[in-house]
Amino acid sequence: MTDRPDNTPSTTVSSVAPREGDPKITPELVEDHGLSPSEYELVLNILGREPTYTELGVFSAMWSEHCGYKNSKRLLSLLPTKAPWVIQGPGENAGVIDIGDGLALAFKIESHNHPSAVEPYQGAATGVGGILRDVFTMGARPIAILDSLRFGDLDSGRVRYLFSGVVKGVGDYGNCVGIPNIGGETFFDRGYEGNPIVNAMCLGLMKAKDLIKGEAEGVGNPLMAVGARTGRDGIHGATFASEELSDDSLAKRPQVQVGDPFTEKLLLEASLELIQSGHITGIQDMGAAGITSSASEMAGRSGNGVEIDMERVPVREPGMTPYEILLSESQERMLVVAKSGSANVVREILGKWELEAEEIGRVTDDGLFRVREGDRVVAEIPSLPLTEGCPTYEREGVESDEIRELRCADLTRFNEVDSDQSDAFLKLMSSPNIASKSWVYGQYDTTVRTGTAVRPGGDAGVVRLRGTQRAVAATTDCNGRYVYLNPRVGTIGAVAEAARNLVCVGALPTAVTNNLNFGNPLKPHIYYQFREAVLGMAEACKLFETPVTGGNVSFYNETEGVAIYPTPVIGMVGVVEDVDHITRHAFQDVGDTIILLGDNTDHLGASEYLYVMEDLVAGEPPSVDLLGERGLQHAVLGMTQQGLLHSAHDVSEGGLACALAESALGSGEHPLGIQVTLRDSLPTLPLLFGEAQGRVVVSCDARSVDEVLTLAKRHGVPGRAIGTVAPEDEGFRIDGRATTLEVDVKVLTDRFFGAIPNLMNGAGPS
Amino acid sequence: MRVAIVTFPGSNCDYDLYKCVQLVGGTPEFRWHRETALGEVDVVMLPGGFSYGDYLRAGAIATMSPIMDAVKEFARSGGPVLGICNGFQMLCECGLLPGALLRNRSLLFSSRDVRLRVENASSVFTQEYQVGQILRMPIAHAEGNFHADGETLDRLEGEGQVLFRYADAEGEVVDSANPNGSARSIAGIVNESGNVMGMMPHPERAVEPILGSVDGLGLFTALLSHFSPLGAA
Repeated sequence: MTDRPDNTPSTTVSSVAPREGDPKITPELVEDHGLSPSEYELVLNILGREPTYTELGVFSAMWSEHCGYKNSKRLLSLLPTKAPWVIQGPGENAGVIDIGDGLALAFKIESHNHPSAVEPYQGAATGVGGILRDVFTMGARPIAILDSLRFGDLDSGRVRYLFSGVVKGVGDYGNCVGIPNIGGETFFDRGYEGNPIVNAMCLGLMKAKDLIKGEAEGVGNPLMAVGARTGRDGIHGATFASEELSDDSLAKRPQVQVGDPFTEKLLLEASLELIQSGHITGIQDMGAAGITSSASEMAGRSGNGVEIDMERVPVREPGMTPYEILLSESQERMLVVAKSGSANVVREILGKWELEAEEIGRVTDDGLFRVREGDRVVAEIPSLPLTEGCPTYEREGVESDEIRELRCADLTRFNEVDSDQSDAFLKLMSSPNIASKSWVYGQYDTTVRTGTAVRPGGDAGVVRLRGTQRAVAATTDCNGRYVYLNPRVGTIGAVAEAARNLVCVGALPTAVTNNLNFGNPLKPHIYYQFREAVLGMAEACKLFETPVTGGNVSFYNETEGVAIYPTPVIGMVGVVEDVDHITRHAFQDVGDTIILLGDNTDHLGASEYLYVMEDLVAGEPPSVDLLGERGLQHAVLGMTQQGLLHSAHDVSEGGLACALAESALGSGEHPLGIQVTLRDSLPTLPLLFGEAQGRVVVSCDARSVDEVLTLAKRHGVPGRAIGTVAPEDEGFRIDGRATTLEVDVKVLTDRFFGAIPNLMNGAGPS
Repeated sequence: MRVAIVTFPGSNCDYDLYKCVQLVGGTPEFRWHRETALGEVDVVMLPGGFSYGDYLRAGAIATMSPIMDAVKEFARSGGPVLGICNGFQMLCECGLLPGALLRNRSLLFSSRDVRLRVENASSVFTQEYQVGQILRMPIAHAEGNFHADGETLDRLEGEGQVLFRYADAEGEVVDSANPNGSARSIAGIVNESGNVMGMMPHPERAVEPILGSVDGLGLFTALLSHFSPLGAA
């Protein structure tokens, strides 16, 4: 079923003669450009003639999945996007929300999966570069980065290469620009073996009144290319990102852009100075599909036209064709619309930062995206049909039988195990999915800008806002295994966990940016996953009142026909009303009471335990009781705001036993022991390692226990004291009805902090 | 106390330093690297970051900036100069401090809190600390591995020019507490005349409880009390 918007051109398009040396337009060439026969028909209708080679390239990029959202747009329209505090919803470079005190927060997440799969260092680095530019082109100064990463299992040499390259890429770029990394996630599962997931999120701060958009306003205003020169790198990156990976993909390494964070830092300062100067009316990153997308989108949003001259674009090498210049994805470039007469001021500001600004065209009133090469026109396309007219599809979606069988697997045999689980527990604590990720964030500058109040390793990162009592918190979450086994339930779980992480640090969840990483949407079982995930996200985001203000869709995450786990990463931001409410995940004081909020269950499906111990990805993922979850979150937030808690930590991968251990170990600097007694009449494995949602482990002074429990009860949340925080030398001990778990804290510390460095052959940032 | 904070293209701790100087009651002023004069200032600070993207060698290109002649002149006339992280690298590159900062032993960027043991508390920079005091503050660098020949190291030690060493929580100088492989665990040094100091850790990131430590404050308050003695502020 195809949706065909009205593509009647508003203006007559002139005939454009082919350029000398251009290949002839054939059905094969059209196919190579990723356009289907019916999409090509549409192109012919829009132009009223055959496209030139240059125009075909432009359509190919703008109507790629990456830029055109053709298989996702319809479902995405189901997501809630509005709230009184949303200043800018989807459709701009980044979403923007009001966070009080006249301040606004711009934030967005974006994927760089395909480039990172073939060139991990540059792929990840330029992913960070792109998301920073998306934020500072809104007029916001970036204040934090988060990275959400997924790889295959670390026993593969190639995976270790991808993992270390990606982490170094994320680190080097953000470190150099000077933006602290405050969190994210790293997950390992064979489901990501050939196709890693690299999603980077950025938060930026601005005065609400300084918001600027990517619009080409003011007919006659000059269009300026700013920053780095245009080279031959990254040509057709957007189209490459819209294909499955195969053995041939490695040959596409030249399609991966090369990042220069030093230029980015200069561009950041120059752009913010430009925006403050009042001499420009619009600014946009030349990201995916380069000049083509930035110029046509800016024109499309304002309803104007643009004319650009390829001979005036500063290039790195001679002999570049208009096709190459238009589709290059060279990094650290911006397109700026200056006010009439302001081109020189723009040049001066850029000059101060040792960057170039060249006038390459102007805003027109004819609604056309016109490209010149000196005197001759090489492309002329109506802007709106180009940017908005990409046909959108609703595909057939059917669940895979194979996955349904895995979900319905009988797991009751695990209910009879009652033996000592200490070995299993230590194995889980050394699983890279649970073990400390300090090997990762030890390579990221987390403290630059002197705003980081909660560093990576906790439930969410927190950055204080100078000059106010407030702080902002952010997290990224998604368990792809859950989503694989049940896309709707798994995605609801991702939203719930993100919100739970935020309340644990003392923040009110406020808004979401999402990164939807999926396989090939043309396959019915993948489209099924996508549809179910979006429906689940819509339901959960509505309930938590966390509108989606933007994000990114990454399809075709497949290697040799095998798709990754569907991975709808939720990037969620929240506001801490008072920095005194900030709460951390680590237990603080010996003798404190440990309280469990929420109920344990007999659920073991989709757990890390099954993956690590049984090599099994099976069972129903844990479901979320949305109303109960909301009650829990209000209760925890209330406790942090009343200053009752010494720690709060959500129960996730590895279940209650691992959550307790994470709180006991903290950052590793002052590990503590625990004495916990669980009286639940539940089978041992689900009790210790089941991943039932809606649970938070908090600790408080013994004198505050009644108040904590009363507050929980008022929100309808089950809560009970389960034990106390003990000195390190008294050990880590959990007594259940049928089992006792007792482990030396030093052993636990070694396993938890040593696991990933050991797998990486001891190579670590120390 | 008037402090010139020199900003180079790629500096990224300049603003942190600015806020820190303000916090202790000093008056910070930015100086752009292309300027040629420092003006009437009491102290010069070279901030951390990636001046010129660390291209060529960390800190190397920055030393060619026009302002550096003025910085050298200021140092020669006895004015206090503090270089932190990339600033320390610049001071070594331009010869105001001995030694060099090599790639970390791990060959990776390293970002975490470290502990420093105060080795000399008589310098103008460290006079508010006690010898043997343990300070906690973050490091964030890829090239912090202090290196010098044995003779130079002996001289540094002999003349009391080693101000800070990496240590563990108990104050023991052990290899496991050395985050980058620095010779003799050296984290910060001062020149012979005692007015030019460089250190890899970031004291300006340890000046408020919300940041996790206030141990860096002493360095800035020491300078402040030197230049604005009580009653003469």
